[in-house]
This record gives sequence, structure tokens and C-alpha cells, in this order.
Amino acid sequence: MRALRRHGPGLLAWLAGIVFFLPIAWMALTSFHSETDAATNPPSFTAALTLDGYREFFGSGGGASPWPALANSAVASVASTLLVLLLALPAAYALSIRPVRKWTDVLFFFLSTKMLPAVAGLLPLYLFARNAGLLDNIWLLVVLYTSMNLPIAVWMMQSFLAEVPVAVIEAARVDGARLPVVLTRVVAPIALPGIAATALICFIFSWNELLFARVLTGVVAETAPVFLTGFITSQGLFLAKVCAASLVISLPVLAAGFAAQDKLVQGLSLGAVK
Amino acid sequence: MTATTAPLTRTPARAARRPSARLRAWATRAPLLPALVFLIAVTQLPFVATLVISFFDWNALYPKARRFTGLDNYRQVLTDADLRHSVWTTVLLTAAVVLASLVLGLVLALLLDRRFRGRGIVRTLLIAPFLVVPVAAALLWKHVLYNPEYGLLNGLSHYVGGPQPDWVSRTPLLAVEASLVWQWTPFMMLILLAGLQSRDQQQIEAARVDGAGDWQIFVHLTLPHLRRYLELGALLGSIYIVQNFDAVFTITSGGLGTANLPYTVYQSFYQAHENGLASAAGVLVVIGSLVIATFALRVVSSLFREEVSRA
Repeated sequence: MRALRRHGPGLLAWLAGIVFFLPIAWMALTSFHSETDAATNPPSFTAALTLDGYREFFGSGGGASPWPALANSAVASVASTLLVLLLALPAAYALSIRPVRKWTDVLFFFLSTKMLPAVAGLLPLYLFARNAGLLDNIWLLVVLYTSMNLPIAVWMMQSFLAEVPVAVIEAARVDGARLPVVLTRVVAPIALPGIAATALICFIFSWNELLFARVLTGVVAETAPVFLTGFITSQGLFLAKVCAASLVISLPVLAAGFAAQDKLVQGLSLGAVK
Repeated sequence: MTATTAPLTRTPARAARRPSARLRAWATRAPLLPALVFLIAVTQLPFVATLVISFFDWNALYPKARRFTGLDNYRQVLTDADLRHSVWTTVLLTAAVVLASLVLGLVLALLLDRRFRGRGIVRTLLIAPFLVVPVAAALLWKHVLYNPEYGLLNGLSHYVGGPQPDWVSRTPLLAVEASLVWQWTPFMMLILLAGLQSRDQQQIEAARVDGAGDWQIFVHLTLPHLRRYLELGALLGSIYIVQNFDAVFTITSGGLGTANLPYTVYQSFYQAHENGLASAAGVLVVIGSLVIATFALRVVSSLFREEVSRA
């Protein structure tokens, strides 16, 4: 009884961890099986391992190559993240360090745009893109992803920058430093971990996005999640390939997320949880 | 922040030199403007356009027949049985997923709050579902777990001689919900874990010395402390799940009564080309979100005020 009380919670936690991870572990195992071994009932845990699923996915099996889609996702995510930082850093600076009248109102305006669902502007954006010849153009996604992540980034960075002591900034200004210098030499070094966390979260959201990409891109600017939707109706013939594809496309997010677990929580809760 | 910085601007010396003060005020606002202008242009303008289009009868296949119909689209959206159903589905999906993942997340956070061997590994295992790309997670559930012929669920059920149902067609909404609960529980767990670890340990020790049991400490100390973290998790979860598109699109393609509002909006203009109707439905999604958002902003601002008063 005493032992159960002492070790029970730990064992239960391990059990929960395994149950939650099981689908991912199974997906990983299936991705290394041949298509025939992957689609058996009951499932085979001991089937021979092969890289065929990955070979199929990367296109040597005759299907469409995922490389253009992966490259598009990389461009959209990295470019929009950089653009977000470029716009959010000065804004957060103004909101947290230099006083602006009614600054909380501005902050709430930023946040409120995040609560405007994506479908609210989808049709006009589609019509605009079609008339302007921007359909199937990756740079349109860059702009939209920037607007999608900007509110969260401003909020997060505002809370990170608020930790920079005002006295340090005032001192730099008294010494005659101008805004760009203050930002790069004084503020950035102190707030760097927070800025990195913000960038990480923007990257993850952009990488994951499906609705805009699905509606506004086609062949040329297709992103990785859109590429994955090609597997929605495949009826089990390509189970190993589906698993390999899902894992490869999730890999950047998994790696980034594992590396920065704590920052992730703090960022996702808009800095409210520290 | 306000408390410490406000006096700097309101010194009489600066207010006295008026033109320079005005210039200064603009210089202070300037860094904000690019982000503000960008955000208004890219998010608010399209919404205004959606609002305008929602008053028109406009099928993209017959652009010449476009005409103003006032509130007709809204009447149609609200009286259409399918659309009303998708409103209901959205509510059901959001409420079920948020509640289930919040409760599960709380249990897991309480378990992880204790010290045990391999806690770091367990935490990493538990976070993983949240870090799988949503479309990939939906594909995983649809093909690898739910499939009636070779899916893992029925495969495991086979070993104990259990039934072999076709999960997606038998309980479609539940199938979508389960996959979303799996993805969102880690998120709730992370927020609640942060809440648990910010508890005042001395207070808990004191209660223990006074003879309080685990359950009493949980009900009277832990739960009240967690309240704002529970609220935050519920609100952030609602904002994202109410807009869910990926899981519905991937697992059921909106079939079998699982079409939620975002999927319906997508479908009515992408497939049916009904621009006016789609816009009206989109505006309704916004109104629904606004209800959550007003509440959300109030909670966030109360968190925020606490932070300011602490500073």
C-alpha cells in the first residue's frame, strides 16, 4: 500500500506517456515497414524494416516529389517569421519600454485580430489574389502568415521586453544612442531568449498552416501540409508512405518543440504563464 | 510598467515645450505604426469586404447575376438545416474537445508535478502529440489508427477478441474529437504544469502541518490557484478549436454530420461558389468568436492587471 502510494503516480504518468506516444511510435514503425507488412490485421510488430516508404515519399517511386512543397514551406515559414520579427520588435518596444498613451488598448487591438477567424477574410483575399495574379504565389502566403503571427508576436515580445530595465535604456539614450542602436545593442541581447521563443512559435504556426495554403496555392506554391492532403483518400495502399510523409513533414516542428519546451508554453500562453 | 514609466513623460518641463512634445509623441508612436498599418490592411480590410459581400446574392459561376439582397443570405444561413447543423457541430466539437483535454491535462499535470524516475522523458513523450503537424496528426488517426481493416485500434482489439467497428463511419464526430483531444491535452498539461509549479510551497507545508490531507490541499489550495490557468487554457483552446479546419477536412471531409462552420465556409465558396452565402456564414463565425473573444480578453486583461500591480 505504501509502495503504491509512493510509486503509483510515477507509474501512472509513465503509462499515460506511453499511451499518448503510442500513435507516434506506431507511425514511426509503420513508416519503416513494406506496404504489405504495414497493412496487416492483426498488426505486425516484428516485420522486416525497410526504407521503401521513405524512398516512395521522396519520389523515386514515380510519385510527385515533395521537395518543392518542403522548400515552399521553408520559404513561407522562415520569411514570414523574419518579417514578423521586423515588424513586432519595434512595436513591442514602443509598447513595453517607451510609454505610449492608451498603450494597453493598442495591445488589445493586436490580440483581438488573432480572434478574427481565418475564414472571415478568406474569400476577399482569394478574389484579390486572383485579380492581382497572386494566386499560387508563395509570397502571398508570406504576407498572410505574417499577419497571422504578428499579434501573438507583439504580445509575447511585449512581455519579454518588459523585463529589460528602463534605466539601462534611458542611460543609453542619454549617451546619445538612437533607436536602432538601442534596439540592437541594448534591448536585443537581454531579450534574446524571448525573441527566439517568439520566432520559434511563429515558425511552427506557419509551417502547420493549411487553410490559406489550400485555398490560395495550387501547383507551384503548394506547401508541405497541402502536399500531405494528397494522402487523404489513399485507401491504405500507401500506408508506409503516408507515415513516412507525416513524420518527415512534422520533423522540423518536433525538433524545434522538443528543444524549447518551456519557452513554448510561455509563448503559447502569451507570456501570461511564467 | 505604466507605473514606472508614466512619470517620465508627464514631467512639466517636457509638457511646457509644446511643439517638441508633439514631435516626441510621434517619435514614440512611430515604431508601432508599421505593425499596426500592416495588420489593419491584411486582417481588417478583408473582413470589411466579407461583410459587404455577405449582403449580396453572388454565385461565382454567374457573376453577372450579382445583386444586393440585404439580409437574405443570413436568413438562408440561419434557416438552412445543414448550416444550422454545422453551427451546432462547431459548438459541440469545441466544448467537448476543450473540456476533455482540460480535464485530462489537469490529471497529467498533477502526475507530472510529482518527482519520479524519468519524469523528463515522460514529459517529452506527452508533449509530442502537440508537435505533430495537424494534417499529419489527422492522417495518422484516419489511416493508421481508425482504419477498420489494418488500423492499430482494431488490431489491438483483435488480440483480446474485441469488436472491429469502422470508427469513422460509426462515430464520426467522436472520431474527430478524439484526435483533437489527443493533440490538445499536452497543451493544457503544459499550461497547468506551469501553474502547479508556481504554487506557494510554504503555504502547502503550513496546511500540511495543520493536518490537511492531499484532497483538502487540492480542493482548497491547488484548485483556486489553478483557476486562472484553467481559464487561460480553456480560452486559448477555444479560440483555436472553434476555427479547426485541418481535422474535419482530413478525417471526414466534413461528411457524416461533422462539418463545422470553418469547413462549411470553405466548402460553400470553394466548391459551391456561393460567395454571398459563404461570407454570411463567415460573418457568423466571427460573431461566435467575438463572444468567446470578449470573454477571453477580459480574462487576459485581468491576468495582465495582476502582472502590472505586481511590477
